[in-house]
Amino acid sequence: MKLRISNGRVIDPSQNLDAVTDLFVEDHRIVAIGDAPLGFEEADEVDASGRWILPGIVDVAVALREPGYTQKGSIASEGRAAVSGGVTTLICPPNTKPIVDTPAVAALIQDKADDAGMANVFPIGAITQGLGGETLSNMVALTDAGCVALSNGRNSYANNRVLSRALEYAATHDLLVVFHPDDRSLSEGGCAHEGVMSTMHGLAGIPETAETIALMRDLLLVEKTGVRAHFARLSCAKSVEMIADAKASGLDVTCDVALHNLLLTDEVLKEFDGQYHVLPPLRSENDRLTLIEGLKAGAINAICSDHQPHEKMAKIAPFAATEPGMANVEVLLPLALRLMDEGDLPLELLLQALTTGPAACFGLEAGSLAVGSFADFIVFDSTVTWTWDASERKSKGRNSGFSGEELTGRVLQTYISGQLVYSLS
Amino acid sequence: MMRSDPRTLQLNEQGQLKHFLTLDGLSKDILTEILDRAESFLSMGEQSVKKVPLLRGKTVVNLFFENSTRTRTTFELAAKRLSADVINLNIETSATSKGESLMDTLQNLEAMQSDMFVVRHQDSGAPHFIAEHCSPNVAIINAGDGRHAHPTQAMLDMLTIRRNKGQFEGLKVAIVGDILHSRVARSELHALKTLGVAEVRLVGPKTLVPEYFSELGATICHDLKAGLNDVDVIVMLRLQKERMAGALLPSESEFYRLYGLTEESLSWAKPDAIVMHPGPINRGVEISSEVADGDHSVILSQVTNGIAVRMAVMSMAMSGQVQEQQALAEGEG
Repeated sequence: MKLRISNGRVIDPSQNLDAVTDLFVEDHRIVAIGDAPLGFEEADEVDASGRWILPGIVDVAVALREPGYTQKGSIASEGRAAVSGGVTTLICPPNTKPIVDTPAVAALIQDKADDAGMANVFPIGAITQGLGGETLSNMVALTDAGCVALSNGRNSYANNRVLSRALEYAATHDLLVVFHPDDRSLSEGGCAHEGVMSTMHGLAGIPETAETIALMRDLLLVEKTGVRAHFARLSCAKSVEMIADAKASGLDVTCDVALHNLLLTDEVLKEFDGQYHVLPPLRSENDRLTLIEGLKAGAINAICSDHQPHEKMAKIAPFAATEPGMANVEVLLPLALRLMDEGDLPLELLLQALTTGPAACFGLEAGSLAVGSFADFIVFDSTVTWTWDASERKSKGRNSGFSGEELTGRVLQTYISGQLVYSLS
Repeated sequence: MMRSDPRTLQLNEQGQLKHFLTLDGLSKDILTEILDRAESFLSMGEQSVKKVPLLRGKTVVNLFFENSTRTRTTFELAAKRLSADVINLNIETSATSKGESLMDTLQNLEAMQSDMFVVRHQDSGAPHFIAEHCSPNVAIINAGDGRHAHPTQAMLDMLTIRRNKGQFEGLKVAIVGDILHSRVARSELHALKTLGVAEVRLVGPKTLVPEYFSELGATICHDLKAGLNDVDVIVMLRLQKERMAGALLPSESEFYRLYGLTEESLSWAKPDAIVMHPGPINRGVEISSEVADGDHSVILSQVTNGIAVRMAVMSMAMSGQVQEQQALAEGEG
């Protein structure tokens, strides 16, 4: 099968490309950009005049909720949501039921994802059995079953000895470990950033030190064990400094940030709206701006949606009693584009943090339109404005702080390995 | 997209109260109206017939998810003096302990066609949540939510201050003790700033007085003598026993030694300073018996004022709610 995508504005940070040109696809891969290779006279053609052609987005945090929590989402529903948002490769966390601590669960998720035929799905395995933080899981078996990394999520390790040994064992086999820095003894019971807003509204605060103390400990152990490390969902200005310092001193670590932490602050708490209940919490304007600066300076490698769909009732309660998380994967790109205006972030850098940046963190062959790459790409209308109505959602989760907002830019079509998997009707 | 800010959610189109959720954002005029109306109910309490028909035919449900005999009783008395029918529900011991969600409980109560819910709940923002998710013609009165607000308690304290001091201008007020967990302190801070006092001091150790309050217009004092120096009004807060377990304080005795109100520490305030306490008091923990029962103490008059303030707030919210319903009905007609 041959495909010609003609006259689109092809933007691909992986090869510093931003030009109106043609893209040629054959046998699931990009075979040429610009001039047609031989034999493309009869190819199917997609006229992309006036559209952007972008590499498919790589989202390192999409909870699929299956197995175990299908009232919140399923591999099929969240996979559909992902591709409608232009996400062609996603990484899902291990906190399903059962937890991804056996090869069987990892295989089940990937099989179901293959059946659904939506985004490429890579699970993260639990680094301890049941995420209990006490006994190591079969890390190598999990990796052989397709897990791209190991993590204990936001669950604590029983103590620093278990953590240290888990890292040593992972380092032995050159496995990637994902950290969610959070000192539970400081964050326990909290539901909002500790600051003026949480104080005034009487919401139990989560201090910045809950993140930074854990981050400092983790960095020291990464240095000692030499394990490959990725830090997930940083939320504090100080964390950005610490990561930048660690990188400057030669430590080979990567990190990501959730999009909502780049767009919102604890100012929204005044509405007492549980849709804004996320972990780590929305923090101060200084934190938000420093996270954006961290992206610009290369301290932060990736932006993710931190997609966490919930059933309706999970958010129908007073703020602290709601379940944390937003489900934004469907609008990741139009929301992220707001950072061009609101954060003065150049388009190329923004796209890099959504494509090659996250792909490199996890060693995935994705996020590029270079010749030879898998033909995962999206056709994007950058000018259309539209309203994000609940009725249009593909995700089972309707939970978001951005519901009903006007957005600029929309994914029209998504291709994975040259196959059309989503088209806006 | 506009969402319902609690500060606007509680007002109708004419800017009158239709719920009473928080003092944050309420104007000086509304606060003064509450105080004036409460004043008129106070004089009524001294008459032999204590009832007015302002809530006749209305059903008030006291919805207490957290136990409080005193607050519930004064709300009940206030509702009865307004001629309302009153139902008391202690949800703490009933439905939610069986796993029923707050939303389920509310939907059941809605079906009973009540006109007003008086809500106490352990979660900050719960009354606001109920106001948003309840049938629109139920007026919600906040009787204390988490650490967030206790607006009727704060207003009865304002009434007590005004009756003793005449006005608010120029007054210095010290609030002493566990500010961190206190919904009373948060509501008082809003009320005192709006009514125009000269200074509000929050006094206690750093574990109980978050630094962030200074950005909300309060002066923070960690030393009791500096905190009480030359003040007109002292509000002592109740110290919960469980604070010691949370490592916020070493012991009751050390707290009393550093922050307890005694005859000696009272002498640092103005000679005519008044002493208030939202109750119930812990004698020998935050306040000595001599001071609690002494000439400066107005603690018992706070309780009397509480009934009048609650009558004022309930009658205002009900009338604002009824007006809104009429306006909506006319709009539809």
